[in-house]
Amino acid sequence: MDNLLNAVVLLLNFLVVPALAYGSQLALGALGVTLIYGVLRFSNFAHGETMSFGAMFCILFTWLLQSWGVTLGPLPTALLALPFAIIATALFVLATDWLVYDYYRVKKASSLIFLIASVGVMFIMNGLVRFIIGPEDRNFADGARFVFTARDFKEWSGLAEGLALRSTQLITIVTAIVIVAALFWFLNRTRTGKSMRAYSDNEDLALLSGIDPGHVVRIAWILAAALATIAGVLYGLDKSYKPFTFLQLLLPIFAAAIVGGVGSPVGAIAGGFVVAFSEIGLTFAYKKFLAYLLPAALVPDGLVQLLSTEYKFAVSFVILVVVLLIKPTGLFSGKTL
Amino acid sequence: MSFLIGENMTGGYGGADILNDCTIGVEQGEIAVIVGPNGAGKSTAMKAIFGMLNLRQGKVTMEGEDITALTPQARVHKGMGFVPQTNNVFTSMSVEENLEMGAFIRDDDITATMAQVYDLFPILKEKRHQPAGELSGGQRQQVAVGRALMTRPKVLMLDEPTAGVSPIVMDELFDRIIEVARTGIAILMVEQNAKQALNIADKGYVLVQGANRFTDTGEALMANPEVRKSFLGG
Repeated sequence: MDNLLNAVVLLLNFLVVPALAYGSQLALGALGVTLIYGVLRFSNFAHGETMSFGAMFCILFTWLLQSWGVTLGPLPTALLALPFAIIATALFVLATDWLVYDYYRVKKASSLIFLIASVGVMFIMNGLVRFIIGPEDRNFADGARFVFTARDFKEWSGLAEGLALRSTQLITIVTAIVIVAALFWFLNRTRTGKSMRAYSDNEDLALLSGIDPGHVVRIAWILAAALATIAGVLYGLDKSYKPFTFLQLLLPIFAAAIVGGVGSPVGAIAGGFVVAFSEIGLTFAYKKFLAYLLPAALVPDGLVQLLSTEYKFAVSFVILVVVLLIKPTGLFSGKTL
Repeated sequence: MSFLIGENMTGGYGGADILNDCTIGVEQGEIAVIVGPNGAGKSTAMKAIFGMLNLRQGKVTMEGEDITALTPQARVHKGMGFVPQTNNVFTSMSVEENLEMGAFIRDDDITATMAQVYDLFPILKEKRHQPAGELSGGQRQQVAVGRALMTRPKVLMLDEPTAGVSPIVMDELFDRIIEVARTGIAILMVEQNAKQALNIADKGYVLVQGANRFTDTGEALMANPEVRKSFLGG
């Protein structure tokens, strides 16, 4: 019995909890991608860099607050800086829309041109981030490190395996739930949210109903900027902030959005967790887990790791290819918000 | 002078003219029907009145005011409601949300108007939480008409409201359209089912090649042997 419990705790500690946190971050990122796709009808490749940009602003504001001696006690100061970072990122993104995308909207350019333009925006944001904060690794999480440590858990449960919950993991999961609930409330209950869904569903009919497309587009950018900033900050808190990781994060985020069905918010969330659990589940070494469950003679000698961690991005890529081959519309047949 | 009239309209989508000196008008509380063979410019004439194409000549007036230069959106604010032939509902949204979106330009309380729409189409009240995309063709058309009625328009324009629905549903829809007209709304519609449509029409326009061929009351057109022979299949 203890062996079974130990095996479960092991999985929880090294697979489920990290995957839940990572999945929440991907889900928030994919929601932003899906939102822009639903309203503006293009895949925004600059979304990863928008996350980076938001996280950068958040770090700058955090430093400012820390220099004033303002902290949040056990919570990271970054949470206090987050609203300001969202405002700064939203303004930047709106300026981008005004300078770049608006021109193509007026010309009624194809979504491919928008996509390429977004790649350009991505490179510019990438460069700006390096100018402003530099390419170094930054750790900006302060406050309490653990909600409970592996040792606390061992003492409490008497098991050999420990279960630790880092405060950043808990913050990530709780924030993601709150943000997703708020977003769904906005899309399904408010007039503006409904008008966004209507515009995403049928642009011509939305115009006939007197919905202002400019307003819808602005709200979509603000929401995408907020989601990106939150996702970037949570990712940075959970791991650390490295500007170059956000280009790599683009792949799992797009995989998540496409698995769920681009344009479908529910799909983006489901997709985020599918990608996170596959990535961590396939690169996890199951040897110790099996050791708890199998008789000693049957325990394998190897690590029982299906894929080395270096290949974790291949997992998203394989998921992406499989979904596009088998069910291109995604799990939730996305198209509209 | 009609309540809403497009006079001597000439124009098209850019290339050759589709409408040639075409005049279409409708009075409040009346049903006007545009019929004619395929490619006669029926839908184009209606779109011209709604401002969806540029006229080279002619003008559109409503309540005596020249609205030729207004965009379709501005005409909605003036009191025109338009039901397109296809893609006329928000498929992913519930019936009730469709109606709410129809009333988007209104800032006042819309519950009374929504209740009226539900009285007119009781089936919609039953299905109000269902996505409009899951409804049958006839029910979708009811949603589409209901959505347009939510602005409390003075004129309702319907582009082939009975396209693709069964004859029973068609009769049902026409009955509802008559009810709407009785509330004082002017109704202008384009119809393929010419006979049935002229039966309920106060005024009928037979268009051929973008020009008026016959204009009369629905009854007179039905009785006109030439119209019967050429356009109503004997």
